[in-house]
Amino acid sequence: MTAISTSGLTKRFRGGQLAVDHLDLAVPSGSVYGFLGPNGSGKTTTIRMLLGLAFPTDGSAALLGVSMPDGATKVLHRVGSLVEGPAFYPFLTGLDNLARYDAADRSADPRTARTRIEGALDRVGLLSAAKKRYRHYSLGMKQRLAIAAGLLQPRELIILDEPTNGLDPQGTREVRTLIRQIAADGTTVFVSSHLLAEVEQICTHVGVMRSGRLVFQGSLPELRRTGAARVTVQTADPEGAVKVLTGLGLPEPRTTTAEASGAGAGGQAVAEVSAVLGDAVPERVCAELVQAGVGVRGFAVTSPSLEDLFVGLTGEGFDVGA
Amino acid sequence: MSALRFFRSELRLVFRRRRNLLLLAVAAVFPLVIGIALRLAAPHPQGGGGGGGGSSGAAFFDQLAGNGVFLTFIALSTLLILVLPVVVAVVAGDSVAGEAGYGTLRYLLAVPAGRTRLLAVKFGVIVTFGLCATFIVSAVALVAGVVLFPVGPVTLLSGATVSLPDGLLRLLFVTLYVAAAMAALGAIGLAVSTLTEHAIGAIATIMILVVASEVVDNVPQLAAAGPYLPTHWWLSFDALLRLPVDTSTLLRGLLSFAVYALLFCSFAWARFTSADVTS
Repeated sequence: MTAISTSGLTKRFRGGQLAVDHLDLAVPSGSVYGFLGPNGSGKTTTIRMLLGLAFPTDGSAALLGVSMPDGATKVLHRVGSLVEGPAFYPFLTGLDNLARYDAADRSADPRTARTRIEGALDRVGLLSAAKKRYRHYSLGMKQRLAIAAGLLQPRELIILDEPTNGLDPQGTREVRTLIRQIAADGTTVFVSSHLLAEVEQICTHVGVMRSGRLVFQGSLPELRRTGAARVTVQTADPEGAVKVLTGLGLPEPRTTTAEASGAGAGGQAVAEVSAVLGDAVPERVCAELVQAGVGVRGFAVTSPSLEDLFVGLTGEGFDVGA
Repeated sequence: MSALRFFRSELRLVFRRRRNLLLLAVAAVFPLVIGIALRLAAPHPQGGGGGGGGSSGAAFFDQLAGNGVFLTFIALSTLLILVLPVVVAVVAGDSVAGEAGYGTLRYLLAVPAGRTRLLAVKFGVIVTFGLCATFIVSAVALVAGVVLFPVGPVTLLSGATVSLPDGLLRLLFVTLYVAAAMAALGAIGLAVSTLTEHAIGAIATIMILVVASEVVDNVPQLAAAGPYLPTHWWLSFDALLRLPVDTSTLLRGLLSFAVYALLFCSFAWARFTSADVTS
């Protein structure tokens, strides 16, 4: 079963800008799905459509099998959400703010309201600040209160839009721990971020957005597999090394001049030559190099980090747009 | 059932906001000031032979000297020009635009409060607040009138005299009529409020509409448009202060309020249920 599925979901703003372009999301139930992409790649617009806040110009979306936005009142009480930062009345206490959202929920039982609200506050560690006005909360507390609002009822799905935005490292860790706990209860978590590093440790699946399009979707191991391992040779004879690597059929040979410090010992300039390893056996590559008389000063096989893959998928700069 | 809980919660919120309480307090002070000023200006309370026809607040002033109950009509007709509309405009203009401004609108909808349900609750709160403001003005004016002026059988604008209980009953209906006028204004305010995420802009727009309507209503060359203006029938509550009651004027006024309320609630609904929430 899929917790979130979209098909050809498209949003074109009135100005003509295509914010989300034929998105086909499939978020498996029970997963922690990292929805990644640089700022402005259409993540928040997608989340707004998923929650029925914005209407798609084309395509369809379903939450927990219920079509959105038509089914909003039928399904949203099973979904907790944090959209584009916390929003509460500054002059009300944290407790009163949550009570207000709870009162708006027709599926909420007023008799258990107090218990549920305090339970949610306790879960995010805000019970002691419950009677404090929201205005006096720190940014991290505000963020956690927003998550508490998503936990007022038992939920099957939690949608968190940039939950660590603007938080210090400690706050980020707190939120991450919270997400782990929520996921441990069997709740599907859909968490967006523009930083892979922030969600990498908690996600089972990722979807990567770029300019409104989904450029990758799958499990983390699947994402890792898309990154080709490269063999890197440090040598004073880059031409010879390239010749050997090409001779072995390794694609994309690349030469980079190593830093001056590396040149020291032999008085020769050392360069780095790398190529995609593919199916080749590293030991054999090394042996071939030596046999061909190429002086090997260093030899390594490296896989790209997830961050490298992510940047490769989304482009180097933020907000480059298309 | 659940809608009632939501309504109560929203109502409590509106009545807990200091700004709104201040507005109600201001509305309550006016009748006192008017009453004291009139008492000082007319130190010799004696039965005045009221004019028969005037439809403006001026007719009430003649009657006041003879009966303190008339302070309520003076207060209502004076406050209807600006103060009561401002009180309603602030709460109505803030209703949706304020939520959008704070960003709480997206969370209410994600709860899900339901767009139609949210709008209905908001309108209910606006109407209740307008009703409350109107009754506060009436009540304060009545108490002040009773304290400052003689009280007895009420001489109506048409010259006939009715008993004090009859007069008070008419006062109740007058207050309800004014509250109905404010409910219609509240519907206009709700509609304006769905168009923006800046509460202050919505409030200003509503007040501009009120003043524009009042100005047009006072231009003789535009008299033909008069009956269709939202503010035209507001002061027609004096129809209740005649014997027999001028029901045709009264009903036309109420019809105007109902049409405006229906029209603008529909507009608010059409807009609010189809627009993207981007705040």
